[in-house]
Amino acid sequence: MAEEQMNFRKSIPAAIAAEMRLNPNIILLGEDVGAAGGVFKTSLGLFEEFGPERVLDTPISEQAIIGAAIGSAAQGLRPIAELMFADFAGVTFDQIANQLAKYRYMSAGQYKLPVTVRLANGVGGGFAAQHSQSAENWFLNIPGLKIVTPSTPNDMYGLLRSAIVDDNPVLVFEHKGLFNVKGDISNERIPLGVAQVVTRGTDLTIVATQLMRHRSVEAAEILNSRGISVEVIDPRTLVPFDDATIRESLSNTSRLLVVQEGPAGGSWGSDLITRTMSDSWSLFDAPPRLISSPSTPVPYAANLENAWLPSVDKIVHAATELTSY
Amino acid sequence: MANTISPLFGHNGAPLSESADTARATLAGMLAVRQFEEAVDSLFARGLMHGTMHLSIGQEASAIGACAALEQTDFITSTHRGHGHCIGKGADLTRMMAELLAKQTGYCRGRGGSMHIADASTGNLGANGIVAGGIPIAAGAALAQKMKGTDRVVMCFFGDGATNEGAFHEAVNLAAIWDLPVIFVCENNKYGMSFSTEKSMKVEHIADRAAAYGIPGITVEGNDADAVYAACNDAVLRARAGHGPTLVENITYRWKGHSKSDKNLYRTKEEIEDWKHKDPIVKFENRVIELGVLTREECDAIAADIREKIRASISEATTAPDSDPAELLASVYRAIEGGN
Ligand SMILES: Cc1ncc(C[n+]2csc(CCOP(=O)(O)OP(=O)(O)O)c2C)c(N)n1
Ligand SMILES: [Mg+2]
Repeated sequence: MAEEQMNFRKSIPAAIAAEMRLNPNIILLGEDVGAAGGVFKTSLGLFEEFGPERVLDTPISEQAIIGAAIGSAAQGLRPIAELMFADFAGVTFDQIANQLAKYRYMSAGQYKLPVTVRLANGVGGGFAAQHSQSAENWFLNIPGLKIVTPSTPNDMYGLLRSAIVDDNPVLVFEHKGLFNVKGDISNERIPLGVAQVVTRGTDLTIVATQLMRHRSVEAAEILNSRGISVEVIDPRTLVPFDDATIRESLSNTSRLLVVQEGPAGGSWGSDLITRTMSDSWSLFDAPPRLISSPSTPVPYAANLENAWLPSVDKIVHAATELTSY
Repeated sequence: MANTISPLFGHNGAPLSESADTARATLAGMLAVRQFEEAVDSLFARGLMHGTMHLSIGQEASAIGACAALEQTDFITSTHRGHGHCIGKGADLTRMMAELLAKQTGYCRGRGGSMHIADASTGNLGANGIVAGGIPIAAGAALAQKMKGTDRVVMCFFGDGATNEGAFHEAVNLAAIWDLPVIFVCENNKYGMSFSTEKSMKVEHIADRAAAYGIPGITVEGNDADAVYAACNDAVLRARAGHGPTLVENITYRWKGHSKSDKNLYRTKEEIEDWKHKDPIVKFENRVIELGVLTREECDAIAADIREKIRASISEATTAPDSDPAELLASVYRAIEGGN
């Protein structure tokens, strides 16, 4: 299919529209998603194309948004619920953690829940502590949910389409720091649970998602120029997680660096390190490292926010240390 | 073999006590709830059932009278105190019992238990262990009906305590502004655990809260099956005609403790005894006998028949295979199961 250039922000309504055209049961609901086109302009044009019957503006009622998505999904619709800032998942945590994630299991498969929840996560320019979190980590301990964390316009587009057609609840995290990233779009679905090897290398494996993937690629270029060959892997989805691709890479590099936005505690990065250490201990020539944010809320001031995020320098430094073992 | 009490569906709006058929079905429904719960209470006391459970003994007219206003194809969402709703919507007593006994033949193959019985085949969207958790889901199920253009309605059960949760407010408002076909049935049994409605709210009636959403609200004598049915029937007709939700408040009382560990320290023996004199089953029986619709002997025969059904549910469920640990991973995600 023809490739076209598109930014991350526009790839979102493009993906939604592509699936909505194919299936009349798909609806979009959330705050300001209608004529306003979404707070982040990520539903622009959908209201015009699909009308108020399928693109529904809701009151400021996050529990009602997710609950309505659950109930309508159990009744045959394929709702896409937008929660605006991912941090607001806290307001409707029950509906996600106790209702959406468990409905199918508790009923022994009598109901299917093809719900897509879209959430804007991550640090993105001074939104501060309650509008910047890497909330994807909150949900790792809740079986029943799939978790998608795209980094490029093409991944955003393809993974969102797959999330919408998946018969399970899928949380799709749209990183605020990436909305203006441009790239080619191949107009195809990308299966959930398949990592992407972004750069090939032999000395060190770096695993990173979203904003940190981009910083890791930058770091890899610097490291390459210094003779250190880095393989950057973007898992793209946290659940399901493509462990096999990472294990294969480790069997060549023997060194693992995980780079993650957000504190280390109870995070996907810590999980990954625990898992690979216990499953693939013999592959390691050096202790694995996790670069994460400090254990503080996300600060407001630009300099503090910057310091909170793992930097390219930090990645280069840690990678250099690891390869000197 | 099915072991149900064949609920009333598609009734014409006349009082349930008026004809022999509807009187029989109503009495059978209420007795089934009562006897089912007495049976599980005893199984639990004898250590033959584990977990916890919430009994609705004393509240039977609410569940059965409300469900009588539905069609077979309509839906319900239920609560932790949900056995009555399940039975009212036509669930199989043996499969319910099997679920409580954690059997492979239970509605949820032992994954759900008392608080999570769901039955897609009778339109039961599921009970809920989270207070008010089912209310937004009911709004969603009703949204789907509206979008698909069906004339089905969703009856959403919850307690008085649930109306103090934010989810109640959000969901009722959403259903109101979108004119969704939901009937919000509040079973006001005067307590949320130990906390009485007098302490938990400033308004006298929960139905008063409907005004805040611009929908009708009605307070009903919840131990009178005829009264519950009449109010719910009006609300169902309204919802089906596309005029949106109604809040129906059934005033009732639970005889038993909140759950298995309640010592009733927050209420008096006199209060409990007082309400036992307002037994919804006795009330209905007396009425139909007085009206000459059923005889005492006929009423006794119905009770004996239900006793047989409950006995059968226990003996069949007890001998069924336990939940299968080999299936532990099934039904978390759809793909693992390969299709259902
Ligand atoms: C969100 C939530 N908070 C608290 C509880 C604990 N809890 C279980 S039942 C209950 C009381 C509910 O009262 P009400 O809604 O009146 O229903 P009733 O038990 O009287 O039928 C409480 C507090 C819970 N399950 N969920
Ligand atoms: Mg109560």
